[in-house]
Amino acid sequence: MSYHAPTQDMLFVINELAGLSELNAFEEYAEITPDVVESILEEAGKFATDILDPINHSGDKEGNQFANNAVTTATGFKEAYAQFAEAGWTGVASSPDYGGQGLPSLVSTAVAEIWKSANMAFSLCPMLTQGAIEALMHHCSDESIRSVYLPKMIEGTWTGTMNLTEPSAGSDLSAVRSKAVPEGDHYRLYGQKIFITWGEHDVAENIIHLVLARLPDAPEGVKGISLFVVPKFLVNADGSLGARNDAYCVSIEHKLGINASPTAVIAFGDNEGALGYMVGEPNQGLKYMFTMMNHARLAVGLEGVAISERAYQRALAYAKDRIQGVEIGSRTGQKVAIIKHPDVRRMLLTMKSVTEATRAVAYYGAALLDKAGHEPDDAVRAEAQSQVDLLIPVVKGWCTEMGVELTSLGIQVHGGMGYIEETGAAQHFRDARIATIYEGTTGIQANDLVGRKVGLDKGVAAQALFVKIKATLADLETVHGDDFAVIRQGLSTGLEALTTATAWIVQQYAEKNPQAANASSVAYLRLFGYVVGGWQMARAAFIAQQKLQQSSGNHAFFEAKIISTRFYADYMLSQAAGLSHAVTQGSVAILAMSDELF
Amino acid sequence: MKILVAVKRVVDYNVKVRVKSDGSDVDIANVKMSMNPFDEIAVEEAIRLQEAGIATEIILVSLGVKACQDILRTGLAMGGDRAILVETDEEIQPLSAAKLLKAVVEKEQPKMVILGKQAIDDDANQTGQMLAALLGWGQATFASKVTVAGEQATVIREIDGGLETIAVKLPVVVTADLRLNEPRYVKLPNIMKAKKKPLDVLTPADLGVNLTKNLVTLKVQEPPVRKAGVKVADVQSLVDKLKNEAKVI
Repeated sequence: MSYHAPTQDMLFVINELAGLSELNAFEEYAEITPDVVESILEEAGKFATDILDPINHSGDKEGNQFANNAVTTATGFKEAYAQFAEAGWTGVASSPDYGGQGLPSLVSTAVAEIWKSANMAFSLCPMLTQGAIEALMHHCSDESIRSVYLPKMIEGTWTGTMNLTEPSAGSDLSAVRSKAVPEGDHYRLYGQKIFITWGEHDVAENIIHLVLARLPDAPEGVKGISLFVVPKFLVNADGSLGARNDAYCVSIEHKLGINASPTAVIAFGDNEGALGYMVGEPNQGLKYMFTMMNHARLAVGLEGVAISERAYQRALAYAKDRIQGVEIGSRTGQKVAIIKHPDVRRMLLTMKSVTEATRAVAYYGAALLDKAGHEPDDAVRAEAQSQVDLLIPVVKGWCTEMGVELTSLGIQVHGGMGYIEETGAAQHFRDARIATIYEGTTGIQANDLVGRKVGLDKGVAAQALFVKIKATLADLETVHGDDFAVIRQGLSTGLEALTTATAWIVQQYAEKNPQAANASSVAYLRLFGYVVGGWQMARAAFIAQQKLQQSSGNHAFFEAKIISTRFYADYMLSQAAGLSHAVTQGSVAILAMSDELF
Repeated sequence: MKILVAVKRVVDYNVKVRVKSDGSDVDIANVKMSMNPFDEIAVEEAIRLQEAGIATEIILVSLGVKACQDILRTGLAMGGDRAILVETDEEIQPLSAAKLLKAVVEKEQPKMVILGKQAIDDDANQTGQMLAALLGWGQATFASKVTVAGEQATVIREIDGGLETIAVKLPVVVTADLRLNEPRYVKLPNIMKAKKKPLDVLTPADLGVNLTKNLVTLKVQEPPVRKAGVKVADVQSLVDKLKNEAKVI
């Protein structure tokens, strides 16, 4: 069974929950109307199903081959990438000034979800290129580099990488040791970088490395790191390729998942020194990385959504097909498909409703990024920025943690066959596992949430969000019936739990007790995710109810949305109170246990 | 020369259709609709003829409900130059479709009309042939290769026994078979451009065509459920079954 983009839910979220029409008010997005977005998603879906999905499983099995500093990608990847670039998908989010399509984050996020679902390992190549494009776009002022590199990267002829991590500098980038020595109008770089996604491959003619390194006179720590652009092949002034640069892949990693994505160890300057150019000002490298962080973390958070969707589609197809046992309570003795078994339905509905919730939160965040970048009114723009800053660690941390849990459920639906690689369910679980780690682990996201996003502003941004949730609760009051009573009750107790936990977090910072807040941070992030997800689901159910009354659109879709939301309220929002308890009480034991007692 | 390509909006080929409970028709409420795959091949062929310098303009035509605009936009994103929708909520049977297309042809004066050999919803395989007859043009159906030189087209047709090569004078109606080409993927920039290409909406009345119905659907039913297979003990019993049960040898 192949992957099909869930365009109906995507469009519902884009139009009804994330508010595409509000983005249409901005001049540059005026033409990105719902019909255009629908066409884009349909075509992306077609491409994903036909080209990327068929090489997902085979790519995982085959992996990449490494020999003589070069990587040979899995069968079909080179051809797929050529078609991907040819169709213009590498330039979705980039500036039209350099050949991109300039679509809003909301739309490029939905398109990216499709790539990630169809083939997560493949999708990382354009994702990293996009990151490198943004780094050059926003921080490189040298027009001779911009005008040559950006069009090539946007059209996909060259790909990009981000070289941050070193063996001793992972989550803590202040420990970066790579050196950059000035030489005329350029620099020579020396050092080793690890975990470089798509750092070496054969799908494009050149690879543009964005590298963090220290100048000889740089101060210690975070304030002494600069950003450099280092091409695999040197580039002549006319854009043609010159000599091979001294930046060589020396090995690739053997990983748990995303096996078709080459993860390179790159040695810079083992010979004459890798020639590079500084991006922006000296010692500003980490600051530049921070400006790109919201986009990068949204992109990885989306992987949780995408891999869950894929796992759900696979599990659903299996559950409808696999005949096993008789339906409970039935005396006919007739064997039935396992979807008839209530616990299988429970698993499928968990996968469905949580995937929908994570998608809604991620897209909502993407629309906020667009508003934060384009709102003409200063106050409105600032409000959007503070909301997106608050939500990004939730999107990254929560959506990816859900991705791990839901892909695990996907295996469970398959029973024994899920544990066998042949069904593909196991690959989803293995692929999902990286997303809670790279681009800042869940722990780091949670620390960011409790510290910078809640503690620092004394919960002001969070309170602003709670006001919006209360408005939805008021909307829900107007709807009668059992389903909506459950949904309203779930969201109401969820918000109460989150409010209590937020007050506790703020209090810890006020009392200079960051250790306690830190200990409770992941439980808080999880609670935050469930409640914000529940809020978006409740909004969705409310709108679905209105559509049903107006008799417009697809009835089955709206009915399913309401049931999915009710399930979410009973199964997910009901956990909020327990999580709030963990937040406010759980740090005591964590801090009481000394190293020796472990 | 101008090429007219007729495209039909049908249930997407990935959708597993269900018969309505009253057996009156197939249930297409809320199912995904897209361009008939054979018509997609027709559009692709027109674009290739344009790229080869033979076609000067590609006009896409669809007949049916307002939502047919979606597939016309898809065709425009593939490379069509402009589009016409003959809009109606009425059922359009093959003869009516041919009449409507004839009226559009008389208006637009193309030298070639390309359409899919059949639509995957009703599988009628009639419109192209009827259109050629109504226009008094030659027809080249089930095309698997089309070459145009001067006022003549050479078309390789897929027939039961293999392939047949025919020469036809222009103007001509061509119907596309599966192996004529492999349609391209729409390029992202072209999706945006398609929105700005002209799309005219006409009604059957504008074209002076009455949508008469010559066909009545009596009943629609699911295909019979396939019986489970059996394992045969040896070649002897297989031959016996093929001979006496299946009666194929």
